[in-house]
Amino acid sequence: MKYLDEYRDPKAAARFVNEIARITTRPWTIMEICGGQTHAIIKHGIDQLLPEKITLLHGPGCPVCVTSVELIDKAVDIAARKEVIFCSFGDMLRVPGSSKDLLSIKAGGGDVRTVYSPLDTIKIARDNPTREVVFFAIGFETTAPANAALVRQASELNIPNLTVLVAQVLVPPAIAAILASPGNHVQAFLAAGHVCTVMGYTEYEPLAEKYKIPIVVTGFEPLDILQGIYMTTAQLEKGVARVENQYARVVKREGNIEAQKLMKEVFVIINRKWRGLGEIPNSGLGLSEKYLRFDAERRFGLTEHKVEESSMCISGLILQGQKKPYDCTAFGNICTPEHPLGATMVSSEGACAAYYRYRKANV
Amino acid sequence: MESNDNIGLSCPMPLSDYPNVLLAHGGGGKLMHQLIEKIFAPAFASPELEVDHDGATLPFAGRRLVFTTDSYVVHPLFFPGGNIGTLAVNGTVNDLAMCGAEPLYLSAGFIVEEGFATESLWQIAQSMKKTADEAGVRIVTGDTKVVDRGKGHGLFINTAGVGAINHNLLINPKQICREDVIILNGDVGRHGIAIMAVREGLEFETTIESDCAPLAKTVMKLIGAGMEIHCMRDLTRGGLATSLVEIAETSGLHIGIEERSIPVRDQVRGACEILGFDPIYVANEGRFVAIVPEKDAARSLDIMRSDWPDACIIGKVTDKHRRLVTMKSIIGAERIVDMLSGEQLPRIC
Repeated sequence: MKYLDEYRDPKAAARFVNEIARITTRPWTIMEICGGQTHAIIKHGIDQLLPEKITLLHGPGCPVCVTSVELIDKAVDIAARKEVIFCSFGDMLRVPGSSKDLLSIKAGGGDVRTVYSPLDTIKIARDNPTREVVFFAIGFETTAPANAALVRQASELNIPNLTVLVAQVLVPPAIAAILASPGNHVQAFLAAGHVCTVMGYTEYEPLAEKYKIPIVVTGFEPLDILQGIYMTTAQLEKGVARVENQYARVVKREGNIEAQKLMKEVFVIINRKWRGLGEIPNSGLGLSEKYLRFDAERRFGLTEHKVEESSMCISGLILQGQKKPYDCTAFGNICTPEHPLGATMVSSEGACAAYYRYRKANV
Repeated sequence: MESNDNIGLSCPMPLSDYPNVLLAHGGGGKLMHQLIEKIFAPAFASPELEVDHDGATLPFAGRRLVFTTDSYVVHPLFFPGGNIGTLAVNGTVNDLAMCGAEPLYLSAGFIVEEGFATESLWQIAQSMKKTADEAGVRIVTGDTKVVDRGKGHGLFINTAGVGAINHNLLINPKQICREDVIILNGDVGRHGIAIMAVREGLEFETTIESDCAPLAKTVMKLIGAGMEIHCMRDLTRGGLATSLVEIAETSGLHIGIEERSIPVRDQVRGACEILGFDPIYVANEGRFVAIVPEKDAARSLDIMRSDWPDACIIGKVTDKHRRLVTMKSIIGAERIVDMLSGEQLPRIC
C-alpha cells in the first residue's frame, strides 16, 4: 500500500537496527510520549530488535488512559440521563469510572453513540431537537482543533441542545512534570508526531534546553520510530540536547497556525488532574469565557467530587516511566483489559494493555 | 447439596461485574467465551459440546451426521456483496463444511418486525434460494414470527443445518499436530469493513464488497482428493486471530503465523488504518483456514487455489509454546496474538 509499505520495509528496518546498535556505547533510557507510538512499538516488536543497552519507557500519551476517574464519572452521570444523547469516540466507552463505564450505561438503556468526527454531533443535535446532545471532548492537542471547531460551529449555528464535556490535555506540561520528578531517569523523548503537526515544536525547545535532554519529533510507522530512536541515541552519544524533527514529511516547526488560532479562541489553559499522575498545572484545556454556555458540566449542574484510585495500581509510576507493566503484582491477574484497575490497562494504547495483548507470556 | 448449585440456583457470572449483558458479550471475544463457559456450557454439558467446534458431530445409523445452528442479526440488512439472507445460508453451510460434512438440509426461522417491507422480505427469500442452490443445500422447514414495531430491528433470521460425513477423518482442533501447515483461502477483513462502511456511513473511493461465500465445495474437493485435514475453521466474528487462538487453546499447541503472508486488500488496510483496527480481528464470511499435515500442504494449496486464487500458507503448528498463537511482525519481531475482550472500537487519534 503506497505511503505505508515504504515505512514498514523489513530491510530498511534492519539497516536502522544495525546502525542503532553500531552507535550505542552506553545504556540509555528513552521515553516515547505518545500512546500510538507505544502501541506500534509493542505491536511490531520494535523494542525486541533494539540493543539491550536501550530501554524504551512508555509515557502518559494516551488520552483515554489519563482522563481522570472523576471526569469519567461525570460522563457516566450525564449519559445515564433520559434526555441525553451522549456522543464519544469509540475507545472511551470501555473506560471504567469509579463504578461504571459508558458501555454499561448503553446496556442499561442509555443513548450512547460512537462518532468518528466531533462535527457529526451537530447533525445529531439538529435531528433530535428535544434531546440534550453531549460530546465528550477528549484528547491531546491532536483532537483539540476539531473539538474546538465543533464548539465554534455550534455557536455560529446557535444550536441550543449541544454541549461538550471537556477533558483536553496538553503534552509539554506532562513532559515537564516527568522531568521535574525526583525519581526521573528518562534521558530523552520521542515527541508525538501528530501533536506536533498541530502545535509545531517550538514549545519543546525550552524543555530540551532546561533539562538538557534530546527531543525528537517522531512519526508512527516502524521506520519512523526506529529513525527517531536512532536520532535520539546519536544525540545522547554525542552529548547534545536539542529538538530534532524526524517526522518532517508532516510536521513544521511552527505547526498548523490556523488550528492553533481556533484552539486559542475556544479554549483556555487550565490545571487538570491526570489519572495516575494527579493534578498537573496548566496541563489541560477548558472552554473560554465566550463559549461557556456549551459547557456540559454547567448545563447539568455537576459538582466536583474526589475518587481514590486503586492502591495496588502502579499506573502513575508506569506513566512516569519509573516502572514497567511486569513490575506490577496485579498485572494480568487482578488487572486485565476486561477489569482494568488503572489508567494504563484501559485503552489499547495504554502500556499495560499493549503488554497484555502482545506479551502476556514471555515469547 | 452441592448438586443444587450445579444445576443453577445461583448465577455463576460475577454479578458485580456484569449484571447486564453488554454488546461486547456477542463480539466473539473473551467476554462471549466467558458467557458460554459460565452459563451455557455447564447448563448443557454433553460430550458433543465439549469438542468445541462449529457444529456437533452425531452418530446416526452407522454414519455420522453434523448438526449446527446460527442466528443472523446483521445491520444493515443489505450491504455490498450480499444481504442477511445470503449470510444466513452461507454461514450455516460453512459451519457444516468446517466439520467436514456435506451440507444437506437447512431450516430457516424468520423474526420480522411489524412494518417491515414485504418487498425486502421477498428479495431476501430469493437470495436465500439462490445461495442455497449454489451451495447444494435445500431449505426444508421454517418458521415465521412477527414482533411489535421497535422490537426487532427489521429482521432476524435463524438457520439450522444438517450435513453428512462421508469419510473417516476426524476434523476438529484436537486433531492438529506439530509441523501441520495452516492454509488460508484469501484476503481477510473485507466483510467486517464492508458492513462497518455502510453502517457508519464511511465512504471510500471504491465500494468494499463483503467476501460472503459458500465454502463447502472447496472442502469437499479437499476431502475427495484424500487430503488428511486435521482442522478447519471459518473466520467469522473475531476474525483470523480469534479463530486461531481458539484452535491453539483447544489443541494445547502453538500456532506461529507470519504477518507478511496474510493477504489484506489495500482498501481494507486503509480503512483499518483510519479506524485503528487490526485486520486479523475483523470478521469474514467466506474465509477459512485448513490445517493439514506437511505432506499434504502443497496439494491442498493447489486445490484451494483452484477455487480461491489468493489462497496461501500463513504459518504452522509447533510445540514451542503451549496454547498460544504468535505472529512474526512485518519487521521481523515476534509477538503474541491474543483474543480481544469484545469488539474493536475505533480509536481516538
